[in-house]
Amino acid sequence: MSDLTRKTAAELAELMTSGQASSVEITQAHLDRIGAVDGDVHAFLHVDTEGALAQAKAVDGKRAAGEQLSPLAGVPLALKDVLTQEGVPTTAGSKILEGWKPPYDSTVVKRLKAAGIVILGKTNMDEFAMGSSTENSAYGTTHNPWDLGRIPGGSGGGSSAAISAYEAPLAIGTDTGGSIRQPGAFTGTVGVKPTYGGTSRYGLIALASSLDTPGPCARTTLDAALLHEAIAGYDPMDSTSINQPVPAVVEAARNGDVSGLRIGVVKELGGEGYQPGVEARFHEAVELLTKLGAEVVEVSCPHFEYALPAYYLILPSEASSNLAKFDAMRYGLRVGDDGTNSAETVTSLTREAGFGAEVKRRIILGTHALSSGYYDAYYGQAQKVRTLIARDFAKAYEQVDVLVSPATPTTAFAIGDRIDDPIAMYKNDLCTIPSNLAGNAAASFPCGLADEDGLPVGFHVMAPVMRDDLLYKVGAALESALAEQWGGVLMTKAPELEVTR
Amino acid sequence: MTAAVLELDDALATYDPVLGLEVHVELNTKSKMFCGCPTEFGAPPNTQTCPVCLGLPGALPVVNAKAVESAIKIGLALNCEIAEWCRFARKNYFYPDMPKNFQTSQYDEPIAFNGWTEVVVDGETYRIEIERAHMEEDTGKSTHVGGATGRIHGASHSLVDYNRAGIPLIEIVTKTIEVPPAKAAAVARAYVSMLRDLLFALGVSDVRMDQGSLRCDANVSLKPHGSTVLGTRTETKNVNSFRSVERAVTYEITRQAAVLSSGGKVLQETRHWHEDTGITTSGREKSDADDYRYFPEPDLVPVAPSREWVEELRATLPEAPSVRRARLQEDWGFTDLEMRDVINGNALEPIVATIELGVTPAAAKKWWLGELARSANESGQDLDALGVGPAEVAEVQKLVDDGTLNDKLARQVFEGLLAGEGTPAEIIEKRGLALVSDDSALLEAIDRAIAANPDVVEKVNSGKPAAAGALIGAVMKDMRGQADAAKVRQLLNEKLGI
Repeated sequence: MSDLTRKTAAELAELMTSGQASSVEITQAHLDRIGAVDGDVHAFLHVDTEGALAQAKAVDGKRAAGEQLSPLAGVPLALKDVLTQEGVPTTAGSKILEGWKPPYDSTVVKRLKAAGIVILGKTNMDEFAMGSSTENSAYGTTHNPWDLGRIPGGSGGGSSAAISAYEAPLAIGTDTGGSIRQPGAFTGTVGVKPTYGGTSRYGLIALASSLDTPGPCARTTLDAALLHEAIAGYDPMDSTSINQPVPAVVEAARNGDVSGLRIGVVKELGGEGYQPGVEARFHEAVELLTKLGAEVVEVSCPHFEYALPAYYLILPSEASSNLAKFDAMRYGLRVGDDGTNSAETVTSLTREAGFGAEVKRRIILGTHALSSGYYDAYYGQAQKVRTLIARDFAKAYEQVDVLVSPATPTTAFAIGDRIDDPIAMYKNDLCTIPSNLAGNAAASFPCGLADEDGLPVGFHVMAPVMRDDLLYKVGAALESALAEQWGGVLMTKAPELEVTR
Repeated sequence: MTAAVLELDDALATYDPVLGLEVHVELNTKSKMFCGCPTEFGAPPNTQTCPVCLGLPGALPVVNAKAVESAIKIGLALNCEIAEWCRFARKNYFYPDMPKNFQTSQYDEPIAFNGWTEVVVDGETYRIEIERAHMEEDTGKSTHVGGATGRIHGASHSLVDYNRAGIPLIEIVTKTIEVPPAKAAAVARAYVSMLRDLLFALGVSDVRMDQGSLRCDANVSLKPHGSTVLGTRTETKNVNSFRSVERAVTYEITRQAAVLSSGGKVLQETRHWHEDTGITTSGREKSDADDYRYFPEPDLVPVAPSREWVEELRATLPEAPSVRRARLQEDWGFTDLEMRDVINGNALEPIVATIELGVTPAAAKKWWLGELARSANESGQDLDALGVGPAEVAEVQKLVDDGTLNDKLARQVFEGLLAGEGTPAEIIEKRGLALVSDDSALLEAIDRAIAANPDVVEKVNSGKPAAAGALIGAVMKDMRGQADAAKVRQLLNEKLGI
């Protein structure tokens, strides 16, 4: 049997259906791979060897008993450490939650379990998903498997690194401003931010409630679609969940026909500040889609330039309130409880010790932005910008079916490069943030390697609310056209990691 | 520490009180405001909790539709407008009994607003404007252990029970209440009492002040006669009975008047009401600079009750209190004066309930405004906190109707009931109160009375039968009141041949 870790999720499912491999074998192969390479990559914060093998065994048992199983039953997956899984340590990349074992499953985890998907462990991330590199994790930086000296993107760098290091065929990320798509772009993998409300936030440790969206990460478009279908859909536990059928994402991923599809290139997302190699690959991909029959036009979204500042008011405002619950009273870290300190002092000491610098920066920013006398100027104005951006999208979608742009202005940068310059770090998300503000669906698909550094470039597709299927349609078309050039998906061009064990 | 106070009359001679009342009502929904946890009162600590009401990372709220329904009913009953679209907001502040360190509440978009209601005090009707009624969640309950006062100051540690966290609350806020100064405190009491009756009739709350399901905060400030500038207000918390509302408001008027007339300044602060000593003490200093950093709750979607639903709910509302009072007065045949006594005595609901148990309006009124009102007054309790309810009153009256008791004996039974001596039957037994219905015992007493009062017998025999009344009195005295006077008269008349 060829290396099981090189297979796609769809291929693994087929191997199990046809009896050529068991979930236990597949799971073990991935656990072995984690053991072999994660010392260098550091994609995982916690590997649940026992739990994963038990789940795999259960799925094999059901299959042997002839039970009807979900398409991805038995396929292993890496879970971003921001989603609760009952009894499994969940930290959100923060010291303040060290050692906390949630007493309940997030809805995403419930659905993964129901689909028989095997959860290998929890992946690294920037603390509370604040960051674009995983350098803000309290537990060390994840390394990009394409170049271990570089960051894998963030906040969900652990999830994307895990799949690009073949430690898992699938991963779950969460996207608040690009935390699925930017790591996807930086690691040559597929990252999809579903429509806000299309996937449940219940059990997702909130960064910014009005922006957070769980979604799939995979090495192929079809795998991402299969995972999307497994986790998406209405959840009565999440009031912002959309009570509509899940868009036909798998069908779209299987049939990447873009002839007649109207594609709008966003004028404002390109030019100055964009790496030439990124722009080159992006424009080639657009041309490719034109050749495949898509109608490409340029569209203007004039308010996108205000998206970043608006985002950095809305996000910290919501985050400052969401993170208030970490007060040392009920769970997690507790500092200074020596019998003489008041509850207030213990809360204060714990937050001082438990939160990292970026988290504190955003709490202070958000607290200020919501303060009386400043609210209208900051939070209020930012919400107006949000409305204007949503209108830009609505207007654009009158002309075209989807919008496209590079996923990021640059390729993956070196570890330590931007850690002291928050603004430079924030600019990573220029292209991805508008979709979060408007609640639209968006995704990043690999579209080649930049000439300057040989690193992956992401092709960003944005679609209207609950038209996630269009993302997959474009992604599948691009993937199959590019595969002819590359002889497979872009990941096949990634350098082999040294096996350290 | 007792503050200096002025006599109320002296205070009102210089200042006009300005009132505002905030009443928190715990709804009696089966589940909490934002999760499915039960709401039953008195369960062991922290047994009615889940990830949502404990504020665990990742948990999300979902609005309880029944609570929204109750909020709309309350709004309609208070003649409010019902918002076509409104949102929840987060009120951000740190406190250990608040799991998320923000309270999910409504801020500038309440579900109900611009209403009014009426109360009756001493026969006068006063209109009270309602600013808003909004939905929110209760906090957990802190118990401070190891201190002398049970307050956090001086405590060694605190315990938090999150069973209460997330119980649905409606906060009803009045606009400034402007009534004749001397009536202010009584109007405040009547308002809370009226709200209790209204909420009870709506069936949306247990409205038990003693269990905290109805809580009143009283805002009081003073302004010199003729001034249009409002004074600094205090917010007195923890006022847990109707009577306390009146007392606390009166106390704050007299305390603030003393402060102001000695040249001092009233501090803007919360104050705690002490039921036992009848005073308020300084709590947390509060200023308009308290910044709760309100913003719309992003985890919830707006509440947009359809007009059809609002009208359906309106159709289910019970009669308005003033309409009901008029109807009851007519049904019962009470004069205006009698009805005023009933209302002022807070006896309307008990009388309604007693009549429903088969007692005549006159008898129900007699007991509630007589024995029971007197006792409540003497012990400083609310009428419904006496431990004697409509069922007991109906039982005693039944014993009067069947001749077991007369009114005088019945009063002694009530005395026993109020003293907690048991059921009416047990008290009659213990105190030996039943009327003597044995004719031979009565006849013996009659013989003794005739023998002892030859002059009276003489008068009767000489054609003055009315004089026999004195003999009846003597027999009743002999029987220690435990005789049916009508029966005595009948037997005596037979004996005397009249």
